[in-house]
Amino acid sequence: MLRKLSHRRGAGEEKNCAAGSCAVSGSLAGLADPYQIIPEKVEVPMGEARFPAPFEDGLEYSAPARGTWNILHTGMMIPESHHIFVCAKGCLRGVVLTAAEMGAMDRYSAIELREENVLNGDIEELMMEGVRDVLQKLPYRPRAILLYISCQHFFLAYDQDYVYDSLRKMIPDIDFIDCYMIPTLRKSGITPDEKMRMQLYEALRPQEKHERQINIIGSNLRIDEHSEIYELIRQGGCRLTQIQDCQNYDEYLAMSAAALNLYTEPTARRAADRLEKRLGQKSMYFPYTFDFDEIDRNYAKLAEYMGIPAPDFSEKRMAAEDALRETAELIGETPVAVDFTFTFQILGFTRLLLEHGFHVKEVYVDQFAPEEKEDFLWLREHAPDLIVASCKRPERRVLSREREEKYLAIGQKAAYFTGTDYFVNVVEGGGFMGYGGILEIARLMREAYLEKKDRKVLIQRKGYGCLSLI
Amino acid sequence: MKQISGLIPTYSSDEFGVCSALYELGGLVVMHDASGCNSTYTTHDEPRWYDMDSQIYVSAVSEMEAIMGDDQKLMDDITEVAEETHPAFIAVIGAPIPYMTGIDFEAIARLLEERNGVPCFGFSVNGMQPYTLGVSMALRAVVDRFSARTETALSPGNGRSRSGARVNLVGATPLDFAVNGSIQSMREWLTEHGFVPAASISLECSLEDIVSAGEADVSLVLSYGGLAAARRLEEKFGIPYIVGVPIGKAFSELLADQLGTCVETAKSPEKASYADIHGTGPVVAAIGESVFQASLAAAAALEQNADLRVLCPVDTEEFLLRDGDDRTPEEDDILRELQDYEAVVADPMYRVAAPEQAVFYELPHEAFSGRIYDDVNPNLINRTLQSAGFDFSGRTGRRS
Repeated sequence: MLRKLSHRRGAGEEKNCAAGSCAVSGSLAGLADPYQIIPEKVEVPMGEARFPAPFEDGLEYSAPARGTWNILHTGMMIPESHHIFVCAKGCLRGVVLTAAEMGAMDRYSAIELREENVLNGDIEELMMEGVRDVLQKLPYRPRAILLYISCQHFFLAYDQDYVYDSLRKMIPDIDFIDCYMIPTLRKSGITPDEKMRMQLYEALRPQEKHERQINIIGSNLRIDEHSEIYELIRQGGCRLTQIQDCQNYDEYLAMSAAALNLYTEPTARRAADRLEKRLGQKSMYFPYTFDFDEIDRNYAKLAEYMGIPAPDFSEKRMAAEDALRETAELIGETPVAVDFTFTFQILGFTRLLLEHGFHVKEVYVDQFAPEEKEDFLWLREHAPDLIVASCKRPERRVLSREREEKYLAIGQKAAYFTGTDYFVNVVEGGGFMGYGGILEIARLMREAYLEKKDRKVLIQRKGYGCLSLI
Repeated sequence: MKQISGLIPTYSSDEFGVCSALYELGGLVVMHDASGCNSTYTTHDEPRWYDMDSQIYVSAVSEMEAIMGDDQKLMDDITEVAEETHPAFIAVIGAPIPYMTGIDFEAIARLLEERNGVPCFGFSVNGMQPYTLGVSMALRAVVDRFSARTETALSPGNGRSRSGARVNLVGATPLDFAVNGSIQSMREWLTEHGFVPAASISLECSLEDIVSAGEADVSLVLSYGGLAAARRLEEKFGIPYIVGVPIGKAFSELLADQLGTCVETAKSPEKASYADIHGTGPVVAAIGESVFQASLAAAAALEQNADLRVLCPVDTEEFLLRDGDDRTPEEDDILRELQDYEAVVADPMYRVAAPEQAVFYELPHEAFSGRIYDDVNPNLINRTLQSAGFDFSGRTGRRS
């Protein structure tokens, strides 16, 4: 069996790695030969952190916390859709096993790019024939096919329009949606996450609008039932639609009729813009904010759109305050670590905790979101000693994942990096919106503080909220 | 149609094969790719990632760096980490995008070696070939570079008897052997038969083990991925090799005997250990890596008189297959072949490709279904197939 390393690294502690050639040393404070980590490459005090990129680019490490969604998880939300990836073997590997682990192999197929296709330039024919072949093999007829191309297509003189136009003509009863697995564009232009959120709604068609129908778009996770947004929309006489609630393709297509799209994440802004331009749906940014005044402002803005007075959620606001206070009293001086996979506004969340008396010690994040500048400045002034820690810098791989005292972690990466089994297992905001969402988060923090979780199993499951066979 | 996987998964790729083979050796291993390779490998194909440290990273190349051919950034980034962590070696691994832009990995490795003073490898894989190729390239490279033999060591065949002979296990990675105790069982099997386990290249293996692999008396090739390394050990040090995995009890006995003969003659046999072992009873399709499945077939023939026919979808050589075994690189090949079988032993994710009425024996293969079946992947080494839950008897024959 594997020799399990009890890595490591209380100050001064040394262990031998598998090769026996890489004795490692302790925490940042206690490093010794042969590793000579330069601490500021991977951890900086908030008071000295740069905005928006606190760390230098370089080699990247991938921690085994897998709860965030990938493009296939997102695409699978379209009911009655089938997914075909056109990529090299290595790229296919990640998505096919995503499908397998979510028990959805029957909705996935692959067309494997090989060296001869690169040399012969016959990708177009391969794709068209491949799609026809897949359809012949399938025991059902999908309503939509999401056909994903890869980075390699962009390096070839590949005729995208020819392929999709031809497929749409040849197979008119199926909607073909062009999708992209293009990690080379991660650092420039439209990111893969943004693009996937755009394409997720690309099959929606122009149709007459229902003024009282509102979509929430862009989020992988359904808004949690405890959020007061449901109550507000009911008060406004409107109907809320989310892709997670669509039971079939027609219900998905019916999202076209909404007059307004609320988008909850910055990565969905381009999707909202495109729907506004293409379908005439208005859009409103409705973020998962932790600023109570902003929550009130957002609800007031939505109420104004619906033509009703601004809601009075002061009782809920007070309840959220009480819950945070009660939770802080329970957790006391226990150090808290948070990470960016927990929410899209990690600095705002950190600020919320600090303002309510939590002892936040470490925040794991590699890039600050532009809309978090104000919270960044607040933290720099009020919490200059807060440790900003990189998740992906290579040094992270060899630094301590154990802490001498009990930690409460919020987010999977924070749990992994601090070696704690006391953690809130939520990613991407968890659908926790508004005061109801904060009440839920506080409840989960109390629960996490009191009860251990199986960290190794839980954080390695892909696609939080999806079925997992792991 | 070729290149289509409408129903079944895709095997792990060459780049991940390299990573898997080098995982435990204390190197700094870098996939030159944008992003997805690293998380895919470490999520699905690397069961050691959570519990055992290894420095495997991605270069995170951007579109502009790829287009502009900014190799300097790659080398600078690698050197930065090498200076901090002092790896035993550095390996730079290709991926689809470097393949498109024509990066010369061997040249980059030479420059890195000059700059950092540690051994460097460049692997020109491209993510478009099966994992077997990557395992093969990596294992051959490390034994070629690191394995050594002291002057005082006996030459193979020079007075060696099978008792006390040192045996390398070559071609072991979790992609073919999971992490289920198989390697430890092989060591115990060797000891039972009077051999001395040497390096298990490269699962439960250190770089020091690779170095001392040159001291061994014989190599046992456990997979296609180990064949090139074993041949290199033979070229360099005259260490003969034999092919086979000690699956089942009867075949393990036979293999141990052949291993002893190989030591005594100091000559690699012309055939794999299982080449002439066929059952005459129930016919069963056995899908997977050639050496493992053919060894399973030999075990099933000897213990249950079953006639397992290997269908190999990944790299192999004729030398590693028996008469009647076949290569099936495409999904359509598998679908067509399986129409003729009433029983199949394969990874559970092949079930969808088998005829509905076929008897299906589940035998997970990490390189195919990843981590999904890690908890139920059986260790078949040196134990009867019956005791491992495999009873191939009583099945009707191959349909014509």
